[in-house]
Amino acid sequence: MSQLTDLTARRLAVAVADGQTSAVEATQAYLDAIASRDQAISAYNETFAERAIQQARSIDEARAKGAALGPLAGVPIAIKDNLATTFGRTTCSSKMLADFRAPYTATAVAKLEAAGAVILGKTNMDEFAMGSSTENSALGPTRNPWDTGRVPGGSSGGSAAAVAARLAAAAIGSDTGGSIRQPAAFCGVVGLKPTYGRVSRYGLVAYGSSLDQIGPMTRDVADAALLAGVIAGGDPRDSTCVDQSVPDYLASLETPIDGLRIGRPSEFFSEALDGEIAAAIEQACQVYRSLGATIVDVSLPHSRIDVDAKGQLSSYAVAAYYVVATAEASSNLARYDGVHYGHRTEDKVDDIVALYSRSRGEGFGDEVKRRIMLGTFALSSGYYDAYYNKALKVRRLIKNDFDTALTACDVLLAPVTPTPAFEFGEKTDDPLQMYLADVYTISANLAGLPALAIPAGLSAAGLPIGMQLIGPVFSEETLFRAAAMFEQAANLPDMKPPMIDESS
Amino acid sequence: METQDSQMPDGAVTILPIIGLEIHVELDTETKMFCRCRNRFGDPPNTNVCPVCIGMPGVLPVMNGKAVELAMTVGLALGCTVRKFTKWDRKSYYYPDLPKNYQISQYDLPLCEHGRLEVPLPEGEAKTVAILRVHLEEDAGKNVHDNPTHTGVDLNRAGVPLLEIVSEPDMNSVQQVGAYARAMQRLVRWLGASQANMQMGHMRFEPNINLHITRDGVTYKTPIIEVKNLNSFRALESAVAYEIDRQTNEWQADNAFTLENLGKQNRGYDDATGQTVFQRSKEEAHDYRYFPDPDLMPVIVSAQWRDRVAAGIGELPLARRRRYMDDYKLTFKEADALTQDAATGDLLEGALEAGADAKRCVNLLLGRGAALANERGCTIAEIGVSAGQLTDLAGMLTAGEINATSAAKVFDKLVDTDDGPQAIAAAAGLLAVTDTAEIEAWVDDAIAANTQAVEEVRSGGKKQKKAFGFLMGQVMQKSRGAAQPGEVQRLLRQKLGLDG
Ligand SMILES: [Zn+2]
Repeated sequence: MSQLTDLTARRLAVAVADGQTSAVEATQAYLDAIASRDQAISAYNETFAERAIQQARSIDEARAKGAALGPLAGVPIAIKDNLATTFGRTTCSSKMLADFRAPYTATAVAKLEAAGAVILGKTNMDEFAMGSSTENSALGPTRNPWDTGRVPGGSSGGSAAAVAARLAAAAIGSDTGGSIRQPAAFCGVVGLKPTYGRVSRYGLVAYGSSLDQIGPMTRDVADAALLAGVIAGGDPRDSTCVDQSVPDYLASLETPIDGLRIGRPSEFFSEALDGEIAAAIEQACQVYRSLGATIVDVSLPHSRIDVDAKGQLSSYAVAAYYVVATAEASSNLARYDGVHYGHRTEDKVDDIVALYSRSRGEGFGDEVKRRIMLGTFALSSGYYDAYYNKALKVRRLIKNDFDTALTACDVLLAPVTPTPAFEFGEKTDDPLQMYLADVYTISANLAGLPALAIPAGLSAAGLPIGMQLIGPVFSEETLFRAAAMFEQAANLPDMKPPMIDESS
Repeated sequence: METQDSQMPDGAVTILPIIGLEIHVELDTETKMFCRCRNRFGDPPNTNVCPVCIGMPGVLPVMNGKAVELAMTVGLALGCTVRKFTKWDRKSYYYPDLPKNYQISQYDLPLCEHGRLEVPLPEGEAKTVAILRVHLEEDAGKNVHDNPTHTGVDLNRAGVPLLEIVSEPDMNSVQQVGAYARAMQRLVRWLGASQANMQMGHMRFEPNINLHITRDGVTYKTPIIEVKNLNSFRALESAVAYEIDRQTNEWQADNAFTLENLGKQNRGYDDATGQTVFQRSKEEAHDYRYFPDPDLMPVIVSAQWRDRVAAGIGELPLARRRRYMDDYKLTFKEADALTQDAATGDLLEGALEAGADAKRCVNLLLGRGAALANERGCTIAEIGVSAGQLTDLAGMLTAGEINATSAAKVFDKLVDTDDGPQAIAAAAGLLAVTDTAEIEAWVDDAIAANTQAVEEVRSGGKKQKKAFGFLMGQVMQKSRGAAQPGEVQRLLRQKLGLDG
């Protein structure tokens, strides 16, 4: 059944709707693929084989009765393990929530199920979405299907690897500073970080609440448009979610944009960027020009990336991000204290403070502790203005830069990552270098803008290279159309990791 | 201004207590501040809870607009400015009854600020206390210590809308603090913003107290002490009184007991001893790490919204009291008693609009009405007498159809029924008897049976008045109180030959 797992989500939905295959067959094909290949990759924390088959069966029965099917009917999907579900556990890949079972389901997941999606399982991630390699998972790392000696990126590494390795037709991730786009680029898949407020955050375990967004990770642009259309829209349970109508992203997808103006932020194309990635993006510019688009140079001065004599990168955006995100995280993660739910120390403790510190000390991994401490410091009396307030000012300047740049063009074209996927352990000893893996993605989160990562080719070593399109708020439709233009015309190599055919 | 003056052996010393008060008031909404759980006291532990108010991962707060309106109502009634733009902030501290380990509150942009409350003092005096700020936040749950081996946590209260009203340090005596707190209770009840029931923890106090002590032209300021979590007027007054004494004694023992040297301190209050106990100094104070809550949108208060809320407020208690004194010629005490809550005044006004006599209504309400309300621990309006019943009963008194004693009995019966006072009085045989023949028979019986008294009346001596009263009483007794006294008197005088 390897053909079924090669279909995109959209094609599979059509095949199920037309009766060319059944939801049960499709689901079983993915469960078989997981059984044979996930040992090598560890994309999933937990799978729901029985429940998935039941879901699939009820879709087949509905079809047999002639009932209307949702746009994702029978499509097996993986969801990141920081989205609450009443079925299975919601662990955030943390010992703290190793046995946590939520009594509610995230709005995005409920919308997927309402559209007929079959939930295969929950995917691995950096603990509480803090990381860029999935090496920070308390359940062990996920491997990149293109090279299992390399990381899949993070924090949505499990979702990216599952989609790339054909272990799910599509997946859902979350993006706070690049956590959808960076692993999408590392694994050769499409990933959308929607406009802040486009998708409800209800049920998404919070990391940096003013930055977090849920988005799709898919094989192609059309699938991303399909899933985005399903999960977007207002939610009375999330006051930051904007109640604005959701366009039919698929309807306009095949219509090229006349006179598309693409802005290339000069600050993103410095010596900090890997040569092969720079070349791939230059190639993409050529493709766009051939389609009638114009490329204009724009400037994002406050997203500048500096490189010192030793080759070390630095960036205002990364600095501001690590103050804002960690400040919010230090508060969001305060609730995990061993009192009401989650991990509680088994040591005998004499007082409540010991219960707190032991439970948190045992339950959280190093990176989570590091960020809680950073954020606590940034919010502390006497440091608030120097750190948190200053970071908010930088955030505003970055947003203003984007607003200005986007008056001269329709979308920005930028790299997703400074390099292709790196090896395990390469950056784990140097947190700052790890943080800089997100140097090109963080700005869109700080500015609240939608950003779509798509494959741009393969490196000489056979590793995926990604690029991203960034647009004004609520411009997802434009991003999908612009990305689809490239996808159609680029003639990229097949984005299928060699291991799939080797193992089957 | 009242001050506590005392003379010290070593020279003239003036002691002026400086007192400010933070009052927490739970708002009387249907649902909690940021989720749709029921806001109700007294339910079994942890029954009014949901993932939001128990702080589970991934859930989000959604603001209760009704709570914001009630907060604005209180702010506007206090003459505060309502901010056009305000926001929610997280206040971080770890405590088991605070499930998120942060409280959603308002830090630097309170919803309302810069108001004042006119506080009635005894004998019609008044003191104006300035209000610094009024902000909205969520209440914490409650730790329950009813088990020897562990502490329970009840989160029914977690997330209940809580208004914090902070006064300027404008008060200078225990009496003023008590009067201010009671005036605030009356106001929030009046506005329907809170039941302000102490037993249910609807109102909690945190006074801050220090002394300005002047000796030989030099003023010493004692440390500012904040006493945490006082749950009754009695605790508030006794804590403030204790602190004034304690600080006086501390300073007398050592003049270095000053704000300059010791800063601000927090003390707890021990209900059993009536004393305050040291908790922590300013240096040990929590760093609450306030920052704007990214899960909630800022609150924009439009002029229309504010005006609509303001229009719903109506007449405030002190204005109504003034009006009752001016328009109905009530005494201060009467007017004050009838303006403790809005509904009691509304009851009175309902009867007056229907044409009832003011004095008779006031006597009924402040007589049996107040007594019944006191017995039942409720307001006069809540005892269950309608304006229509009150009007009719007052009318019967005016028409002489019932006497005051019987009217009181009828009033007591009105409480449990919708029947009119006429029907009740008739059924209970309490209507005044105006039938002259019937009264004449009782008068004749009384004259026949009390020859000595009759003689004393007729002889016109100094015992005449007393003897006449005795005969009146005899007739009333025979009629079981129902005879109309005017008619009894007329007939007695006629038959004893006093009219002519
Ligand atoms: Zn609740």
